[in-house]
Amino acid sequence: MVRLPKWFIPTLYIVFLMLPIYGLLSMSFKTTNEILGGFSFFPQEFTLENYVKIFTDPTWYNGYINSLIYVVINTVISISVALPAAYAFSRYKFLGDKHLFFWLLTNRMAPPAVFALPFFQLYSAINLFDTHIAVALAHCLFNIPLAVWILEGFMSGIPKELDETAYLDGYSFWRFFLRIFVPTIAAGIGVAAFFCFMYSWVELLLAKTLTSVDAKPIAATMTRTASTSGYELGLLAAAGSLTLIPGAFVIYFVRNYIAKGFALGRV
Amino acid sequence: MARIEFKKVRHMYPPTPGQEPTYALKEINQVWDDGGAYALLGPSGCGKTTLLNIISGLLTPSEGSVFFGDTDVTNLATTERQIAQVFQFPVVYDTMSVYDNLAFPLRNRGIDEPTIADRVKQVAQMLDLENVLHTRASGLTADGKQKISLGRGLVRSDVNVIMFDEPLTVIDPHLKWLLRSKLKELHQQIGVTMIYVTHDQTEALTFADKVVVMYDGTVVQVGTPVELFNRPNHTFVGHFIGSPGMNILPGHVDGSDSYYKNNKIQTANSADDGQAGKLEIGVRPEFITFSDQGIPVVIEKIDDLGRFQIVTVTHERDTIKLVIGEDDIVPSESAKIKFDPANTHLYRDNWILENAR
Amino acid sequence: MNKTVNQKAWWLVTPVLVLVAFNAFIPLMTVVNYSLQETFGNNEFFWEGVTWFEQVLKSERFHASFLRQLLFTGMILVIEVPLGICVALTMPRKGPWVSVCLILMALPLLIPWNVVGAMWNIFALPDIGLLGYTLNSMGFDYNFTQQPVSAWMTTVVMDVWHWTSLVVLLCYAGLCSIPDDYYQAARIDGASPWAVFRYIQLPKLKRVLTIAILLRFMDSFMIYTEPFVLTGGGPGNTTTFLSIDLVKIALGQFDLGPAAAMSLIYFLIVLLICWAFYTIMMRNEEQ
Repeated sequence: MVRLPKWFIPTLYIVFLMLPIYGLLSMSFKTTNEILGGFSFFPQEFTLENYVKIFTDPTWYNGYINSLIYVVINTVISISVALPAAYAFSRYKFLGDKHLFFWLLTNRMAPPAVFALPFFQLYSAINLFDTHIAVALAHCLFNIPLAVWILEGFMSGIPKELDETAYLDGYSFWRFFLRIFVPTIAAGIGVAAFFCFMYSWVELLLAKTLTSVDAKPIAATMTRTASTSGYELGLLAAAGSLTLIPGAFVIYFVRNYIAKGFALGRV
Repeated sequence: MARIEFKKVRHMYPPTPGQEPTYALKEINQVWDDGGAYALLGPSGCGKTTLLNIISGLLTPSEGSVFFGDTDVTNLATTERQIAQVFQFPVVYDTMSVYDNLAFPLRNRGIDEPTIADRVKQVAQMLDLENVLHTRASGLTADGKQKISLGRGLVRSDVNVIMFDEPLTVIDPHLKWLLRSKLKELHQQIGVTMIYVTHDQTEALTFADKVVVMYDGTVVQVGTPVELFNRPNHTFVGHFIGSPGMNILPGHVDGSDSYYKNNKIQTANSADDGQAGKLEIGVRPEFITFSDQGIPVVIEKIDDLGRFQIVTVTHERDTIKLVIGEDDIVPSESAKIKFDPANTHLYRDNWILENAR
Repeated sequence: MNKTVNQKAWWLVTPVLVLVAFNAFIPLMTVVNYSLQETFGNNEFFWEGVTWFEQVLKSERFHASFLRQLLFTGMILVIEVPLGICVALTMPRKGPWVSVCLILMALPLLIPWNVVGAMWNIFALPDIGLLGYTLNSMGFDYNFTQQPVSAWMTTVVMDVWHWTSLVVLLCYAGLCSIPDDYYQAARIDGASPWAVFRYIQLPKLKRVLTIAILLRFMDSFMIYTEPFVLTGGGPGNTTTFLSIDLVKIALGQFDLGPAAAMSLIYFLIVLLICWAFYTIMMRNEEQ
């Protein structure tokens, strides 16, 4: 039997991962005529037309801005409310703590499709429909439990003596929390923020349901094009390619924390 | 079982860019007897772990060769060397029972079950593990787990050497000496070569027949605990072994006489005044006594440790320590001290001078 | 860790409680409300009791999408978990390639789900997509918009593409936490590579694998966007999974009562399976 070198499997896997992405990228540089004319591995008439369209047409580029706005708002809200809660779960016993924790996690298991319609009615009723904040708040449903879970894991790894020493030194709770504790678990916050960013960025069903024009995410703008199937495939491919960039950036910055965050077994 | 021999072994790790490459091990030439109990003693970074990894086959030395008996094992893989090792942090197979853990190395070698059962029973008896044979290994305490790691080495009949890499680090203090005496007892019982790596002199001195002291990538001395105590080959050995360590004082020679400052000193070895290099006088606190004549000192501090006292004195800004009996009287003023000539040695550039007087 | 009893800790969890409850309770109550009533528009509601629940539980359509869902989730778990372990085992542990592997492998996880669907749609188009074209020119008759088998395969492979990396990253982190001493001890004991995997790596992976399977189960059971964009649930109903069916009923046909009842049943199933799975795993761990 021939022994395969060890890098064979990961390489094959990465090639498998890259092929559809390559298909997308190569299509984004093709003209509509070329796409509809038949298959070609490399773009024959290399064009940036599709990208030019996206960067000049506000209905397109606003989509990116909208997405980034609600993703950032959501990440900030999720982390800032999850921090004290995670601290409470990791340090104190209180009435109903276990049930509360489990209940929080069940929200991570709620299928977004179940909530789509009620969310639409709820946010319409409080006049937040088609705003960034509506999407950001809705995404809290699954991102807050996640952030609490991840942060609680990191905090439990920090000895309680740290808190006790600080209180003995005369720190008040909030001063200790913000000045000492938060910097200590910076890595954990990074990991939690990564996952909040990720889930908010990739989710579409709720984001689409809660917006129409002003806060419409890029992903939803794309479905409009997709529904006119085949018509503007090049444009669709270019828009899709551009959505890879924020993700790639975020991964690059947290690459050393990813393994660590996963290692805690809290995702 | 086999004698272990190092021939001109040197090792260098791949250098970090921008740094001068240095040898982690500078030339080692040693022959360790079959069935001996050796302790590798030295501070962190002295190269003892590198040497251990070279024996176990985890590292291939950059230069030189290693022999087990007459076989050159330098390029043999760990599996082919027939060794056993107990690590600093206990390694047990969590999902297996204690019995299966002990049987594991034998099963891997395709030995039949009845033989395995016999061997495991025997080893469990030696290690007092009989009562827990059928419980899960993960439930045991740290000392129990270390016994299992040791047991996995003992069940095999073909083991050349058993190595211990600081095995008592995670063991409760009151269990440490129990496990240590167990090791000593086992060594006498089965007579396999054992190598025990540690930075703790008490562990090394109580376990080993021969202590190998390492410092800065070289073996500075190999000897019995008594030899290391009475005649340290190197100022490091004098300083590292013994509590408090040896007094190392500046010296000089004039003709055939040696001097500490202006005091003529009788020493066990002699120095030639023509040679270059820093000359020092080493004498252990145990071999200094107060006397009527000798070096005048000022008494700084007396620590009463029960069975003995440590007296700290100064002579012209040099600090000297003495160990005296609990009932010995410390003179209150104009104290003078005397070195025991048989146990006072001269060192040049940290190494002992070999010419005995 | 020994925790101190402190009821004031409730203040620290209050913001989380308020935000999540706002998002969870009100919509859930709305769903419960719908599920028990009938409406003909104009905000007029009539009490229906558990009729809708009976109807959904008896409907063949629900059974069919539920079975499809189970089959899909089963298939992707059977493929993704072993594949993920396999890739994690062969990944480099040190050196510059680690970062490269991590970044490239994590990339699919950060692509918006409808872009994943759109990307695979483009990739698999029979005449002009890279995959579709290649398969057809190799002599396979492949058209995912018309053949149920092709559509199923494409959906499954897409999910494998999208999510196997999560299993890889989890397992990789688990493997990295095994000290070198264990491997050295196994070598000394003469263990075969299989024994190393079976007795050292697999036991240490148990915890992360539990999480990976749980996450993959939950997420694949809720899958909506990717297959919706890829196949739209077709051809026919062959790739209509629970979420897709639910949205069809609720928004397509505006049958709020049955849709709400189905939502609740669906949610309860997910909760029940997760809870059962979690309990069994926890019990195993304690033993």
